[in-house]
Amino acid sequence: MDQNQIEAIVQAVLAELKKKEASQPTSTASPAPVSTVSGVNKTDALIIDLPDPTTPEFRNAVGVENPMNLEGLLNLKSTTPARIGAGRAGPRPRTKSWLLFQADHGVTQDAIYGKVRQEVLDQFGLFTVQTQVKDKAEYLLRPDLGRLLTPEAKMLIGQKCVKKPQVQMVVGDGLSAAAINNNLPQIFPVIKQGLEAANISMGAPFFIKFARVGVINDVNTVIGADVVVILIGERPGLGVADAMSAYMGWRPGPGRTDAQRDVICMITNNGGLNPLEAGAFVVELIRKILKYQASGVELKLKTSEDAPERPPSDVL
Amino acid sequence: MLLRTKLFGKTYEFGSIKELLAKANEEKSGDRQAGIAAESVTERVAAKFVLSELPLWALYENPAVPYEDDEVTRVIIDQVNLTIYNEIKNWTVGELREWIMKDATTPQMIRRVSNGLTAEMVAAVTKLMSNMDLIYGASKVRVTAHCANTIGLPGTLASRNQPNHPTDSVEGIRATIYEGLSYGSGDSVIGINPVDDSLGSVMRLLDMTYDVIQKWEIPTQNCLLAHVTTQMEAMKRGSPVGMVFQSLAGSQKGNEAFGVSVGMLDEAYEMARKYAWTAGPNYMYFETGQGSELSADAHHGADQLVMEARCYGLAKRYHPFQVNTVVGFIGPEYLYDSVQITRAGLEDHFMGKLYGVPMGVDACYTNHAKATQNDIENLAVLLTAAGCNYFMGVPLGDDVMLSYQCTSFHDAASLRQLLGLRPLPEFEAWMENLGLMKDGKLTEKAGDASFFLQK
Repeated sequence: MDQNQIEAIVQAVLAELKKKEASQPTSTASPAPVSTVSGVNKTDALIIDLPDPTTPEFRNAVGVENPMNLEGLLNLKSTTPARIGAGRAGPRPRTKSWLLFQADHGVTQDAIYGKVRQEVLDQFGLFTVQTQVKDKAEYLLRPDLGRLLTPEAKMLIGQKCVKKPQVQMVVGDGLSAAAINNNLPQIFPVIKQGLEAANISMGAPFFIKFARVGVINDVNTVIGADVVVILIGERPGLGVADAMSAYMGWRPGPGRTDAQRDVICMITNNGGLNPLEAGAFVVELIRKILKYQASGVELKLKTSEDAPERPPSDVL
Repeated sequence: MLLRTKLFGKTYEFGSIKELLAKANEEKSGDRQAGIAAESVTERVAAKFVLSELPLWALYENPAVPYEDDEVTRVIIDQVNLTIYNEIKNWTVGELREWIMKDATTPQMIRRVSNGLTAEMVAAVTKLMSNMDLIYGASKVRVTAHCANTIGLPGTLASRNQPNHPTDSVEGIRATIYEGLSYGSGDSVIGINPVDDSLGSVMRLLDMTYDVIQKWEIPTQNCLLAHVTTQMEAMKRGSPVGMVFQSLAGSQKGNEAFGVSVGMLDEAYEMARKYAWTAGPNYMYFETGQGSELSADAHHGADQLVMEARCYGLAKRYHPFQVNTVVGFIGPEYLYDSVQITRAGLEDHFMGKLYGVPMGVDACYTNHAKATQNDIENLAVLLTAAGCNYFMGVPLGDDVMLSYQCTSFHDAASLRQLLGLRPLPEFEAWMENLGLMKDGKLTEKAGDASFFLQK
C-alpha cells in the first residue's frame, strides 16, 4: 500500500467521523438516541406524504434508467396498456412498479371478498335473496349452486314480485361487490326511466347474493317474464376491480345457456363503458329482444335479415 | 377384480380402476366438483397404497375412455411400442416410481421407457409422487426439439415472448415484443394470443412478427395462437408461419369442444411441414391444462390428472417443439389455491417430460383464485429446478388481453441468473452480438425497448 492510498483512507475515516459527530445529540446524557436538528425531534420532522401512484400520470412514467431513446420509449409505451418501459433493478423489477402491481392485485381481492353495501340496495328498494351457495368459498368452488335459488328465496320472490312482467331486473354480486357499489347508483335509474318512457312494464327488482349469470333461468321459473336482465359483478382484472356486465335473455328457463343470452360488458367508470351510457344501451337491447322475441344467437340471425334496424348496441 | 386395502384397521375398497385413480389423486377442487375425489385424507392414502400395487398392464387394458369410443385413446394405445411395453407390463406403479428415482436409471433409459407407456400409467405414477419426487424425476428427463432454434438443452431456460394486446394493435404488440427481447424473452417463440381470430387479423400479425424476426435476424419462431383452422388458411395464403398452435383436451369430446379432431390435427401437422418457414423438424405448439375436460363435460368420470396426461399422449403424435400447461388459468373451481396450482404445475411438467414431450409451463393464476404473484414466482423457481424448458414472458406478469397474471420478462432473466441457466444457444449468441447480454447476464443496455428503435 503506497502513501497516497493510506492518505486517502485516513481522509475517508476522518470525514466519516465528522459526519457522525454532526448527527450526535449534543447531550450524551440522553438515554434514548433521539436526534434533534435545531431543537426539533428528527422523527417528528419526518414527513412522507405521497401522491396517488395509481393515477395515469404515474402509471405512464418510464422506469428505465438512461434509455437509448426516451421519446421513442414514451411513444412505445403509449401504444399499449401493458406494463412496458418499467425498467429494472438487476434482473428484478423496480420498487415502484412492483408495489403498483401489488396495489392493482389488492383491489381485485378486496372486490371479490367485499360485500355489496346495504344502502346501495335500499336506495332502489331491492330486497335480498340468496342462491344455494352458503359462503364465498363455496361460491368460487361450486358455480352450479350459484345458478340455483333456495326454496325460501323462491317463496319470497313469489310473495313480493308481480308475475309475467315484460322485464324483470335482478342484481347479483357475482365476482365483484365493487362493481355493484360503484355502478348501480348510476345505471339503475337510467334503465328504470328508459323502460318507463318506452312503456315497458318492469317487475319488482331484487338482489341475489352469491349469484352466477345462469340464475336468471331459475328466477324465471317463478316470475315468467319476457326478458330477465341481471346486472352482475365481473371477475376483476388488475387495476379494474369494478367492471359490471348486464346479461339478458328472452324467456330464460332451465337449460338455456349463454348462447341464448346477450351481454353488455365492461361497464365501469375506470376505462370501460360508463354506466349512464351503458344503461341506455341496456334499454335499447331490451327493446330489440322484445321486438324480435329472441336473444343471443337467434337474435343475431333474425336481425341480420333486417339490417337497417340495428341499434348501436350491436357493436357490443 | 378386487381393489382393497386396510388402513388403521379400516377397510377401503375401490369399485374400478378409474375410481381408484380418482381417489388417489391429490386434492383438486375440480375432482371434488365432479364428485369423484376421495372423501377423506385416509381414503386418499388407501387408494395410493392399492394403486402402488397395480400392475401396468391393468392400466394399459383399462383406459379412461374405451378404445372403441374415443380417438384420443386410440392415438395413445396405437403409439405404444409393444416390445418396450412387454418388458415393463408386469411392473407395479410403485416399482415404476422407484425405478424413475434410482441413480442407476439414466435419462436415456427413461426416454426409452416413455415409448412403452400410456397416459393412465403416466398419471398413476404421478399420483404416488411427492412434490420433490416430481421435481427430481422431471430433472432427469431432457426433451429437446428444433424449429428455428433448439429448445430443451441442459443448462438452458427459454421464454415465450407473449406480447398480447386488448385490441390486437400492431404497434402495441410490436412495442411489447421489443420490451421482451431487450430482457432476453422470445427464444421459445414470439407467440400472440389474438383477440380477433379472423384470418385478416391473424395474417397481419404473422407478417409483423416475421418482419421483426427478419429485420433483427432473430433466431426464433413466430406463432399466432388462433384456432388451428385459421392458421391453416393463413399458411395456404402464403403467410409466414413459424409454428402451428392448438389447445388440446384429453378426450375426443373435449377436443370437439375446442373444434378440433385428430384428423384435423394430422392435416395441420402435414401443412406445417409443407409450409412453415422454419427449419423444423418440430413445428407444433400445444397448450393444455387440468380441468378443461370437466368444464366441457367431457371427462368421462375420470379425474383431471388422468385427462391431462392423455393430452400429452395426443401431443406426442405430432413431435411438437413445445407444449405447456396453462396451469392456473381455469379458475378456482378446478384448482382452488396456490397449493393446488403449485401441485398441478409440478405434476403436469413431470407428466409431459415422462411422456417425452418438450415441456414448458405457463405458471399463472386468475384474480378469483387464492394465489398471488409470490406463489407463481415460487412455482417458477421449483419448475426451473425441475428442468422446465420455458415459461411465459409478459410485461411485469400482467397479461392485459387475457386478464390473468403469469411470469414476467424480469422473471426469465432472474431465473437464469439465479440458477446459472442461459437462453437457447442461438438466441444467446444473438443477444451477445447485439450487446444485450454478456456471460449470461443482462448488460447495461438490456431492459430498454427503445434499443430496438435503432433500425
